[in-house]
Formats: sequence, structure tokens, C-alpha cells
Amino acid sequence: MKPSSLALSIWPASASASAAETDHLIWLFTLLTLVLVIPIFIGITVFAFRYRDGKKVNRKYREDRDRTLEIGWMLIPFVLTLIFFAWGAKMFIVHKNPPPNAMRIEAIGRQWMWKFQHPGGQAEINDLHVPTGEPILIHMISQDVIHSLYIPALRIQMETLPGRYTQFWFNADRPGTYRILCSEFCGTDHSVMGGLLTIMTPTDYADWLTKAGSSISLEASGQQSFAQLGCSGCHEGTNTARAPTLAGLAGTQVPLEAGGTVLADDAFIRGKILNPDGNKMAGYKQVMPTYKGIIKEDEMNQLVAFIRGGATLPTPSKEASR
Amino acid sequence: MSPLDNSLMDPPTPRVTLGRPADYLHEAHTLRSWFFTTDHKRIAVMYLFAITVFFVIGAIAAGLVRLSLVVPNGAIFTSDTYNKLFTIHGVVMVWFFLIPSIPATFGNFLIPLMIGAKDLAFPRLNLLSWYIFCAGSLFAVFDIIIGGVDTGWTFYAPFSTTFSNTWVVPALIGVIIAGFSSILTGLNFVVTIHTMRAPGMTWFRMPIFVWTHYAVSLIFLLATPVITMALILLVLERSFGIGIFDPTLGGDPVLFEHLFWFYSHPAVYIMVLPGMGVISEIVPAFAQKRIFGYRFICYASIALASLTFFVWGHHMFVNGESDTAALVFSVLSFAVAVPSAVKVYNWTATIYKGSIRLKTPMIYAMGYIGLFVIGGLTGLFLATLSINEHVHGTYFVVAHFHYIMVGGTVLAFLGGLHFWWPKFTGRLYPEGWGLISAVFIFIGFNATFFPQFLLGYLGMPRRYHDYPPEFQLLNIVSSVGATILAAGYIFPMVYLVWSLWFGKRAPANPWDAKGLEWTTSSPPPAHNFVTPPVVDFEPYDYPMETPGDAR
Repeated sequence: MKPSSLALSIWPASASASAAETDHLIWLFTLLTLVLVIPIFIGITVFAFRYRDGKKVNRKYREDRDRTLEIGWMLIPFVLTLIFFAWGAKMFIVHKNPPPNAMRIEAIGRQWMWKFQHPGGQAEINDLHVPTGEPILIHMISQDVIHSLYIPALRIQMETLPGRYTQFWFNADRPGTYRILCSEFCGTDHSVMGGLLTIMTPTDYADWLTKAGSSISLEASGQQSFAQLGCSGCHEGTNTARAPTLAGLAGTQVPLEAGGTVLADDAFIRGKILNPDGNKMAGYKQVMPTYKGIIKEDEMNQLVAFIRGGATLPTPSKEASR
Repeated sequence: MSPLDNSLMDPPTPRVTLGRPADYLHEAHTLRSWFFTTDHKRIAVMYLFAITVFFVIGAIAAGLVRLSLVVPNGAIFTSDTYNKLFTIHGVVMVWFFLIPSIPATFGNFLIPLMIGAKDLAFPRLNLLSWYIFCAGSLFAVFDIIIGGVDTGWTFYAPFSTTFSNTWVVPALIGVIIAGFSSILTGLNFVVTIHTMRAPGMTWFRMPIFVWTHYAVSLIFLLATPVITMALILLVLERSFGIGIFDPTLGGDPVLFEHLFWFYSHPAVYIMVLPGMGVISEIVPAFAQKRIFGYRFICYASIALASLTFFVWGHHMFVNGESDTAALVFSVLSFAVAVPSAVKVYNWTATIYKGSIRLKTPMIYAMGYIGLFVIGGLTGLFLATLSINEHVHGTYFVVAHFHYIMVGGTVLAFLGGLHFWWPKFTGRLYPEGWGLISAVFIFIGFNATFFPQFLLGYLGMPRRYHDYPPEFQLLNIVSSVGATILAAGYIFPMVYLVWSLWFGKRAPANPWDAKGLEWTTSSPPPAHNFVTPPVVDFEPYDYPMETPGDAR
């Protein structure tokens, strides 16, 4: 199934409960604005003809005005619109803060393609397959300029920034094929930087994962990189003589040399790898070299996944990674 | 017969006008007398000429963009050509037409006349502003047409600093130079309004037009330096690799967005407030009625100019802004609707029980109110966070700001142009043609931009050259609308020029309008007033019937 190829579509397909809610919001908001503006439009037109110059009509009015009326026509519409502010804000905050059990997919934007990688290691270019009925977190970054990952059928988008992670999540409920677009101008082929989102039932998705095949999960390839880049030389095991162990680091508060602590989230881990001189940790001499320019964003995603997962993998041994 | 009545029957040659006081147009005829003039009225005419040239360039680029979008596969132009075309359209229209449009022409011409002064406070600075504007804008326009720039008018980093392979730096330098013209004009207006008011012209006797220009001048002074600085930083990063915005150089691209919108959101009010000023003059004149809630409108102008500095973050809800910032900017953006609504309600209340004459300026004013309302309310949709998450960066945004910029500012500009044309030129425009072109513009505009709201909600991103096929029909409707709109723009360019030689001679006050500018001859003498005016009346003192009157 492909997205419609007719020359006209009337209303965008919607593939999640949240998308349907956005539609309800905009319909009701449109209704409110019509209630507010139609009297003005009718008023202007009727007055313009009723009080045309030369017509004999009653033009008498008093100069002292009704302040309550004036304040009322300012404040009542304002308060009514605030209902929509609150509704929209609530949905927005939900979209940006995923539930803890969300399945995490890494997205990378670059001129001019989207790369997605599933937790099992399956990578896709300009295509994304996801199951229904499960919260999906898209965790994204850009490799060059600013892009924006836009999925109209889900009524969400988020900019992918170079050097900074952003994210949104959704819970799709209608299998089908929908468009993925880039909505922030990014250069020559901006308008063809897109692809297809395929929403599948959980069983189809499981089949697809098997067919798409991947010998190695995201976390395990992170472990390989961890060894190949030489990280393991200092950071492995429980020997903390030269460098802190990374086991169990993610999600904790790390004490800083300058005082205070910082949360060891993805951005922190990424920052330490690229710019080890920043955020110096208490109790260690800073001797780590920078990996800026050495690690590409997809390898970074793997490394971060490995460290986030506890920097230990039970099964694959060092031999398997060589 | 008074000398004025005599002039009405004069044959249309300047020489014979010697029978009356020489006006500013006919005082001298050499090119030198124009290029070295310090008369605010002549400088206004030179601005009018310059921005008309830029409007035509921007409009041709828009026409080519609409032509390209008739087909979905991007077959008409290459991607790079298309990207350069919309950059020409955006840069020229925003920086070199909309921002100077009403302030630099009507503001320049009318502020001294309306407050009873003989010129602006700094006449030579005013001329310098025009030269700075022309130098910056011509340099930038040359670069973006001959060299080509593909960043869009927003110049987002790091695309503009590291990745774009076009003439970004020269274009930026042109825009930076032109910015100084805004700053100097704003300074000139503020000082003039503070110090040059005629005896008796208190703050609350000033026309709304002057109030809105005062508010705009404050924005010019406070916001323009920020964009100047931000663009200089772009030039430094692009030319010398100094890391400010590009993360690979240690910079932060979101910082540029903050700096850019800190100016460019207030810039929306640089474009909108003067238009509100124009409408606030036209509506009472053609309703022959006092403007409703004069003081509320004055306060609303200042409120808008202040609030506009606190909402820039609504351009960045999905750009990695924190949740807290998004909530604050969203609710503040809703608050902007309040002073805007005051103006709309008050214009409507002014029409109620007036004596309405549906002449061309009034038709433009009524069109303005309608389109501004639609533009403003769709702005509230965009300020709603979850709607913004869907339509940010789509044609919904394009439609929204064209309703404000074209439906608002351009309609106000054209309405004002017709309203004050007799004062500028001493000639009347042909009324029939005026009405026809106003109707063309109204219909053409809506046909062009209303479908874009639908396209945006359907999910068509802006700046898309090669778009999915399901969007084609609405794009065709939009392009057809643009053709009608273009006709509506061409008519006035022809008949207004025609009227310079063949139009009927205008009396001092062809509309029975109130305001000092209508008390002097059309066109005014070089020093505006033969005898300096003294103000002992309230603004908009149109005749009024109260229930006590016998009738």
C-alpha cells in the first residue's frame, strides 16, 4: 500500500490516537474562531451598507462608552482561547516525554536522507518500520545541518540538530504506509529528503525484523566499537585506577571537579566522548583524548546504546567482537 | 475665486501652476534637486520609487515560484534554481519592501504633516538613510540575483555558514547595511515626534498613524541592532571559521535562531503596526465618524510593540527549546491577540452608525480587516503547541504570514497609497479602476493563499520544489490565484502613473478628512504649511450626532 497518488486529498490520514486528538483540537478551535469572527465580518458588511453616506438612518450615538462591554469583548475571547492553549500544551508535553518502556529507534538526519536504526541493529535508509500498539521513541540527531523529522500522519515533527539530541514518541494504531518528510530547509535536495513510514501489526513487525536481519544488536556493535576505539583499555571492568568504570554509569548523578553533579544522560555521554575536557569529573585526572571527527553519528549511537545499557553485555565475548 | 479654486481648472502643465504657491514637487526640476533634497516629502517619494522596484523584483520571483509549483515533480526549474528563487522572493520582500514600505514612504511623508512640523528633526540624516538603504539593498539584490543565494531569508546556521555554496556573505553584508537605514529612520521619527509637534498638538491629539509609527520606531531602535549583530556573527563564522553557531566549530545553531527571531518577530510588527496606523486613518475618514476608543488604540499600539519582544520563541517550539520555554512563549503569544483584537473591534465599532463611502481606500481597509483577522487567528493556531508540532515548517505557516504580510501590510499600503495619492501628487486616481483592482487583489489573494492553509494541514512542507502528487490540485488553485493577484497589482501601477499627467487635480481635502495633512494644499508647499498650524481641536473631530440633537 502506498500513500495516495490522487491529485487532491481532502484531509490527512491519521495513524495514532494522538493525531486524531490534534484533529479534534483544530476543529473545535476553528469552530470557536468562527463564532468570534463571523459576527465581525457580518457586522462590517451590514454596517457598510446600512450606514452608507446619503441614506436616511438613525446615526445618533452617545460618546460615553460602556467600558464593561469593551473589556468584556477583549477578555472573554482571550479566556476562551486559553482553553486551547492548555489543551495543546498538555499534548505537547506528553509527546516530548516518552513512557519508560518505549521502544527506542535512533534517527540520523543528513543531507539528504534519513537513517533509522532499531534496537536489534536493523538499519534502514529513508524507510521506517514500526509496530502498532507500542510506544515508539524516536531519538534523533543530525550529522550536518538542521533538518526536521516530520510525519504528517502522526501530526508530529521535531528538528534534528547537529550536536544535540532531540526526541518525540508516538503510539501508532493504524497499519499502513505514510510519508516521512523533512520540514526544515536543508539545501539543494531538501524537497526529496523523505521516505515512507510503514506501520505494521506486532506480528508483521516481528517477521520484518527477522527478514531485515541483523547479526548484531545496536548495543553489541557498541561494544565492538568500545573495544576497537580503545575505550576498553581504560574504562573496562572494575579497575578505576585511570578512568571511571562505565558500568552502571548511565542515569546516575556524576560528581564534577568544579563541584555539583550532572546527570549522566545520552547528551552527557556523547559530550564526554567528543569533548572530554568539558564537565571534568571529580577524582580523575583528565587524560582522555577527544574523539571529535573520529566517530560518526551512527557509531556514536551504538556506543551510547552500549554505555546506556550498562557497558556490559552478558553473552558476546571479546572473541566474538574481533 | 480663491487661488485654490483657480488651480482646479489649470491645464495639466507645471508651468501654469505658478499662479499658486509652488508645491514641493514643482519647486525645482533638476535631478540634483531630487538627489540632494532634504525635504521629507521628496525623500518619501524616492523611497516609494525604490521599494516599488524591489516589490516588482520580489513579485517576479514569487510568480516563478508559483509557476514551478504547478507540477509536483519539480520539472520546471532545477532544485538549486528554485531555492534561489524563493530566497530572492523572501529577502527582497521582507528586508527591502515590507520593512521600509509604510514607515519610509508614508511615515516619512506624513509624520511632519500630521504633527504640524515643517520637516523631520534631522533632514540630512533622513537623506542619508535613503542612500544607506539603496546602497545596502542594491548590493544585496545584485548578489542574490547575479550570484544567487539559497539559504532562504532566514539564513539558518550552520547551513548558511558552513554548507551553502552560494553568495551568502555579500547578501548578508547588504542586509546589514540596509539595517542601519532602519535604525536612523527610527531615531529620526522618535526625535521628531517628541520635539517637533505643533503648538497644542499633545500626545493624545496625535493621529493613530503617528502613534503606530512611534511604536514602530522603538522597535527599529531596539531590535535592529540585534539582527545586525547576529548577521555579523554569521559573516565571521562563514569567512573566518570562528565557531559561534556550527557545533563542529564549538558553536550552537539554536543560538542563531534565538538571535534571528529576537529581531524577526518584532519585525513582523514593524510591518503590521504602520498598516494599522493607515487603516485607523482611512476608516474614520470614509465613515465620517470619530474613531472608536482612541486611547485604547494608542495603548494597544504600545502594548503590541512591547509584547512583541517576548514571543520570539514561538518560532522554535520544535527546535529543541525546553518544555518550560515552549509553555511560556505559547501563552505569551496568545496574549498578543488581545491588543490586536482591540483594534479590530474598534474599527468595526467605528463603521457602526457612520456615513460610509465605499471608495477604493475604504474597500482596501475593509479587506484588510478581514484578512488581518484570519491571519491573526491562524497565528493563534500556530501558537497552540500541539498544532504547531504538526504544521510548523509547512504551507500553513506560509499562508498565515502572507495573510498578515500581504493581506495586512500590502493592502494597508495600497489603501494608504490611494488615500494619500492626492496629497502626494496633487492628482486624483481614477475611482473605477481603483475599485476594480481592489476587488482583483482581494479575490486573487484569497485564491492564492487560502488553499495553502489546507496544504499545510495536509502536510506539505514549505520550500518544497518536488512535492508529493496529492498536493497538486490545491497548488494549481493557488497559482491561478496568484495570476489574478498579479493583475490586481499591475492595474494600479498603470493607472496611478497615468493619473500623474491625466488625473483630475486634487483639492486640498478631497475626502473631507480630518487631520493636519488635509489642511494644507495638495501637494503641500516645500515647508508644508503656509502659516504654522496651531492645534485647538481633538483628533478625528468628525461631526457627531448625539441623541439630544433634533433631526
